[in-house]
Amino acid sequence: MFQIASQPAPTMIEDTTRTSSPPEAAPTAVLAPLKAESKDLNFFYGTHQALKNINIPVHENKITALIGPSGCGKSTFLRCFNRMHDLYPGNRYVGRIDLHPDGINLVDPRIDPIAVRMRISMVFQKPNPFPKSIYENVAFGLRLRGINTRSILDEEVELALRGASLWDEAKDRLHKPATALSGGQQQRLCIARSLASKPEIILFDEPTSALDPIATGRIEELMREIVPRVTILVVTHNMQQAARVSDFTAFMYLGELVEFGPTPRVFQKPQKDLTNQYITGRFG
Amino acid sequence: MPSDWQMPDPALVIRSGRRWDLFFNVLGFSLVILSLLVLCLLLGGMFRDGAERLGWNFLTNFPSRFPEKAGVKSSLVGTCLVMLVTACTAIPMGVAAGIYLEEYARKNWFTTIIEINIANLAGVPSIIWGLMALGLFIYLFEAWFGTPNDDVTGLGRSILTAGLTLGLLVLPIVVVATREAIRAIPQSIREASYACGATRWQTVRTHVLPYSLSGILTGSIIALSRAIGETAPLITIGALTYIAFLPPVPFTPRPETQGGVYGPLSWLSSEFTVLPIQMFNWVSRPDNRFAVNAAASGVVLLAITLAMNASAMILRYRLRKRYQW
Repeated sequence: MFQIASQPAPTMIEDTTRTSSPPEAAPTAVLAPLKAESKDLNFFYGTHQALKNINIPVHENKITALIGPSGCGKSTFLRCFNRMHDLYPGNRYVGRIDLHPDGINLVDPRIDPIAVRMRISMVFQKPNPFPKSIYENVAFGLRLRGINTRSILDEEVELALRGASLWDEAKDRLHKPATALSGGQQQRLCIARSLASKPEIILFDEPTSALDPIATGRIEELMREIVPRVTILVVTHNMQQAARVSDFTAFMYLGELVEFGPTPRVFQKPQKDLTNQYITGRFG
Repeated sequence: MPSDWQMPDPALVIRSGRRWDLFFNVLGFSLVILSLLVLCLLLGGMFRDGAERLGWNFLTNFPSRFPEKAGVKSSLVGTCLVMLVTACTAIPMGVAAGIYLEEYARKNWFTTIIEINIANLAGVPSIIWGLMALGLFIYLFEAWFGTPNDDVTGLGRSILTAGLTLGLLVLPIVVVATREAIRAIPQSIREASYACGATRWQTVRTHVLPYSLSGILTGSIIALSRAIGETAPLITIGALTYIAFLPPVPFTPRPETQGGVYGPLSWLSSEFTVLPIQMFNWVSRPDNRFAVNAAASGVVLLAITLAMNASAMILRYRLRKRYQW
């Protein structure tokens, strides 16, 4: 149903499984320029190789979902994008993640991880608001950038909270502790915290696995709402979630990329047997 | 396989289990009561013995040959000033070391050795610290920098020497308390901060330090209340037992022979005594009437220590409520 008979520009959609595949793409996927691109990315925890030659394109203002069974390396891959692995000793990147349009290699040791994290923010699996007020949580990223003017902060905090559809619930308790919010509200607060510093990419690491179905639905809705302004990369355990929210899906297994493509195609016409087995629930 | 066994009657099993429960319950309770009783008797005895001397005069009189006139003025002031030096050295150094070890240092053989040795240092007998201070602060610095009690160089038998000695003594306690308080902060909070683009120091200053403050303060106060009772290292470095003057107040005139005024830090190089030494001195007098003074100064020391521990508890309670995750 999502297939159209147009000829997508080959450089626009980097389909790693293009061998013998007919040209096909979801309508939304066509002509989306690349925001980032991993090229032969390998990652090592000490001597253990967790990622093997990963090539995944990330399209601008699209949601790219990373799926796969536990331990397949999807979170490891995600955390390469904001150099989270640099916080712990013994980790090593080999290969590239190019960030467009300037084409810098995010995992180059000469690139300052702080500079990377200023452009690429993250929402974690478990909501992790700071034990401070709601206001200070959202303002933190701006304060880090040296913005301490009250009027600017007030405006941006409101904007970010509205963007995370938390404003109506939070506006009367901005200076109350963030930890008093419910789990779903806390996660939306974390999204607001990410949005406030106007990142180019937001990484979501299983953002709904600690939430109930209603809160999960709101987060998914929110991701669709913000994606016109920001590129999203999301790791999920939940295949329905990937199918519901994402434009592109990458299926990973044992540290390798098995299949990448527009989400409808990956779910309806998987080209690898392994993908087919996983999405039909035969393992994982 | 033998098959002729029977599941024992649960009622019997439960009854025997309950008997042991009761036994340990009674045993533990009586031991707690016994130890509390002994403590109460000791403290009560001290209060009773010292009661007749406790009063404003006891706090505001210098020590004296006449037991009924003697007071703890000089030793109380000495204790406060030595504690000030100890707090000003041990707390910043200990907190900084704790932050470094938890947030900055890579885990390698070197930091492992440091960690093990900090734990060991906390167990070094206090007299050893006194000997170390005698050798380092007094003899070695004297040999290097000049004469003792010189206003400029030698540390001598001064408040500064005593404060530094006790500071070193309790430094490991502060380090360990700081590290434990920092470790209680979930890693997810740090990751959130780093993911926003914070540097290590920004993360420490805006998150790690504020959230661990209650633990750090509690540990620091506990460390000081240990230092306040230490006697051995101060005797080793030669604290005086009889002092009938106070350290110089900053900017008051010096004696005629020297002229000018005392500097803001002149009190650091003053000779001193502290409460436990004063108490020890009175206990060792042959005149029994001094024993009353000893008991009374014990009460004063105890009151200070208990007040410090109480404030540590209040602080911990107050600050813990503020930060929850």
